[in-house]
Amino acid sequence: MDDYILSLENIEKSFGGVTVLDKVNFNLKRGSIHALVGGNGAGKSTLMKILTGVYTYDNGTIRINNQVVKFNSYTNAMKNGISLIFQELSLIPTLTVAENIFLNKEIKKGIVLNKKEMNRRTRELLEDLGIDIDVEMKVQDLTVGHSQLVEIAKALSTNASVLIMDEPTASLSDKETEILFNIIKGLKEKGVSIIYISHRMNEIFRIADEISVLRNGKIVANRPTGEYTLESLIADMMGREKNRIMEYVEREVPISDEILLSVKNLTLGKALRGITFNLKRGEVLGLSGLMGSGRTEILESLFGVHRPDSGEIVFENRRVSFRRISDAIEAGIVLVPEDRRRQGLVLMHALKENIILTNFRDVVKGLTIRKSLVRRISEKSILELKIVTDSISTKLFNLSGGNQQKVVISKWLNRQPKLLLLDEPTAGVDIATKVEIIDIVRQLANQGKSVILVSSELSELMAVCDRILVLHDGKITNEYKRSEIEAEEVLQRAIQN
Amino acid sequence: MPSKTSTKERSIKSFIASHISKIMVYVIFLIVLIIFAIWLGDKFFSPTNLLNVTRQTAMISVMAVAMTFVIASGQIDLSIGSTVALTSLVVALLLKSTDNILLSVFTGLVLGAFIGLLNGLCITVLRIPAFLATMGMQSIVKGFAMWTTGTKAVPITNETYNEIFGMGNLLGIPMLFVWTILAMIVGHFALNRLPFGKKTLAVGGNATSAKYSGINVNKVIVIIMVLSGIAASLAGILYSGRLQTARYTFGEGDELSVIAAVILGGTAMSGGTGNIIGAIIGSLLLGVINNGLIIGGLSVSQQMIVRGAIIIFSVALNSLGRKDKARA
Repeated sequence: MDDYILSLENIEKSFGGVTVLDKVNFNLKRGSIHALVGGNGAGKSTLMKILTGVYTYDNGTIRINNQVVKFNSYTNAMKNGISLIFQELSLIPTLTVAENIFLNKEIKKGIVLNKKEMNRRTRELLEDLGIDIDVEMKVQDLTVGHSQLVEIAKALSTNASVLIMDEPTASLSDKETEILFNIIKGLKEKGVSIIYISHRMNEIFRIADEISVLRNGKIVANRPTGEYTLESLIADMMGREKNRIMEYVEREVPISDEILLSVKNLTLGKALRGITFNLKRGEVLGLSGLMGSGRTEILESLFGVHRPDSGEIVFENRRVSFRRISDAIEAGIVLVPEDRRRQGLVLMHALKENIILTNFRDVVKGLTIRKSLVRRISEKSILELKIVTDSISTKLFNLSGGNQQKVVISKWLNRQPKLLLLDEPTAGVDIATKVEIIDIVRQLANQGKSVILVSSELSELMAVCDRILVLHDGKITNEYKRSEIEAEEVLQRAIQN
Repeated sequence: MPSKTSTKERSIKSFIASHISKIMVYVIFLIVLIIFAIWLGDKFFSPTNLLNVTRQTAMISVMAVAMTFVIASGQIDLSIGSTVALTSLVVALLLKSTDNILLSVFTGLVLGAFIGLLNGLCITVLRIPAFLATMGMQSIVKGFAMWTTGTKAVPITNETYNEIFGMGNLLGIPMLFVWTILAMIVGHFALNRLPFGKKTLAVGGNATSAKYSGINVNKVIVIIMVLSGIAASLAGILYSGRLQTARYTFGEGDELSVIAAVILGGTAMSGGTGNIIGAIIGSLLLGVINNGLIIGGLSVSQQMIVRGAIIIFSVALNSLGRKDKARA
C-alpha cells in the first residue's frame, strides 16, 4: 500500500447537466511531484477548484492522510494544508513584497503592525528559496517573473503540505524557471507534495515523478514519468487525434520571389540594435530568442506601437513609417499580441462584439451596424477556426484560453491581412489548439500571406517556419533555413548563445 | 452536493440573472409609481402631473444620455453642472443683445463642446484622471459663470425661445419631453448601431485591447467628452427656457443626479457597458421620487433623507443582481 497524502475517489461534478468530471481517481504520493496534463476543457481547472474548496463536488470522496475531508472554502482547504498558486496573480500591486506575504496574517505588536519582523521573516523565507528580491519593494515595481516567484513564496508561507501549481512558469524567464525548479526540488526534499499543471511538456519530463492525463473529464492514464515519451504522452492527451502532432509539413505552395517586407537597421532604444532582414510574400519567418531579446519589439515596431529611433521599413516597395496602429492595419499588417487577455480581447464583451472591433467596414451598411452581418461574420469565424462556444453572444471570459486565442486570430483574419505577426500565439493554450493554430499558419502561407511567428516553443517554430532568426540582446545572431536545422538542440544552443 | 433544480428552471433563472441589471430599473420604477399612486391618488397619478415630471427631468435626462457614453468608456464628467450655468448665462446675454435664437443657441452649444474638448485634452494629452480634470474644470467654468454677470440673473424675454426650449408643447407633448426623447433616440442609436458606440464600449471594457485593435482610444475619449459638454450646454439652454431666465446656480449638483440616473439605468461604473434607455428611466425615477415626495407634503429635509435612501436601495438591488449573475 502506497503512502498517499491526498487521494480522490470517484469524484463527479456536472454543471447544468453537463458532466465535467466523471469518476475521477487521483492519488498523490507523499513527497512526490505529480503532473496533471490535459487539453483545455479537459477538467483540470474544475478538479483543482474542487480540491481548493472553490467548487463543491456532486459525488465522491476526498481523503487527506486517509481521513475523509470536505471543503467548502479556500480558507478551509488551506487549513487542511492545501495551497494553490494562482495562475492569475493574487498579489496586491501597491503593497510591498513583505506586506503581500503577510496579508491577512500580519504580525502585530499590540495593535500596531510589526513591519521589522515581517520584513525579516520575508527576507528569511526568500533567502531560503534562493530568490533575491528587496522585500520592501512594491509588487508593481517587480518584473512579472519576480512577482510570480513572490506568489509562490506566499503560498509556501502557510506551511502547505500539498501545493498546487497551475502553469507556474507561464510568465517566467528561463533563469526564473531554473530558480522555481530548484525551489520545487527543495520542497520535495522537505516532504511537500506537489500537483504540477503545465502545457510545457519538457518541464513535466524534467521534474515530475508521475503523470496523470485528464481527457474529457476522465483520468485516461496514470504512469511514472519514466514510462512516457513525449510522443506517447501527447498521444494519451489527444486520444483519437493523436496523428496530428507537431511535425514539419512540406509547403504545398512554394514561397514567391517577391519581397514583401524589408527591414533595415531598425533601432529602438536598447531593445533593438540594428535589425535587418527581408521577408518574402508567402514566407513564414520565425523569431527565436529569450524573453527580452527584442522579439516582441520587432513585431510592435512593425505594427506601429513603437516608433523606431532609426532605420527603415519597406513594405510592398514603399517606405512606411506608421504613426499609429491603424496605419499599419490599413497597410495590411496585423498583430496577435502576446497577452491576449490584456491586449487582445475585451473579455467582458461577447464574441461577436470582439470579432467586429477590427472590421467595422464589413458590418456597416450605410451608417449603421447590421446585426445580420455581425451574425454572419461571427458564425463564419466560429466555423472556420472551430471556436467552441455556446453562441456568438457568449462573453469571452467564459471561453477557454485556446478558444479565446482563436477569437483574436479570427478578428484579424477577417481583415484579410498581407502580413500576420504572431507573438507567442500558443502560450497557455492546449495541445490540440496549438496544432490547429500551427495549421492555420500553414494555410495562410499557402494562400500567399506572410507570417512572422515569435515563439518560445522551438518545436512549433520547427514545425512551420521556412526560416528562423535567432535574436540576442536586440541583435540578430543567427539565421537558419528550415533545411539547415537538424534538431531542436541546434536552435536551443543558438538561443542560449 | 447534487442540485435538484430542473434545467428549465435553471435557464429561466439564468436569464433573469443575466438581464437583472437591465430589468431592475424598470421594476423599481414601476414599484415606485404604484406606491405613489396608491398613497397620493390623483394628485400624483394624473396626466398633468406626470407630464410635469417629464418637464422637470428633461435636463437630467439629456445629460444622462451623454454621461452613459462617458461612463461606458471608463471616464467621468463632473464639470457638466457648471457648463449648464455658464451656457445658460451666455445664451441669455446673447439673446438680450441680438435676439437671434439660432446664433445664441449655436454659440451655447459650441461653448459646451469647447469645455468638453478641454476636458478631453486634459485626460488624453496631459494624462490627468477624468475625475480630477473635470473637477478642476467644474470650478473654472463655475467661476466664469459667476464672473459674466457678477452673479446676477439674466431674464429671457424672447417668447419663441421660451416656447421651444421651455414650456411649449408639440402636438400636446411638452417640448422638454420632446428634447428628452430626441436625445434618447440619438444616444441609443449611436451606442448600439454605430461603430462609434462599439468603440466606446471597447475602450471602457479594455483600453489596451481597443488600442491593439487599431482603435484611436484618445480620439474616442475626446469625442465623448465633447458630446458630454454639448449635452450639458443643451441642458443649460433647457433650464433657461423653462425658467425664462439664466442664473449661475443652474445645474448645481446635477452631475451627481446624472451619474445616479446612469448607474440606476444599469450602466456599470467600471465601464464597458452602457444602457441609454435605462438611464432615461433612471432619470425619470429620480424625478418621480422628487415629485411624489413634494406632493406627499414632506419637508425639504425629509425629502432629502427619503430620496437618498431610495437611491441607495435601488443601486443595492441592482448590484445584488449582478453578484448573482457572477455566481450563476
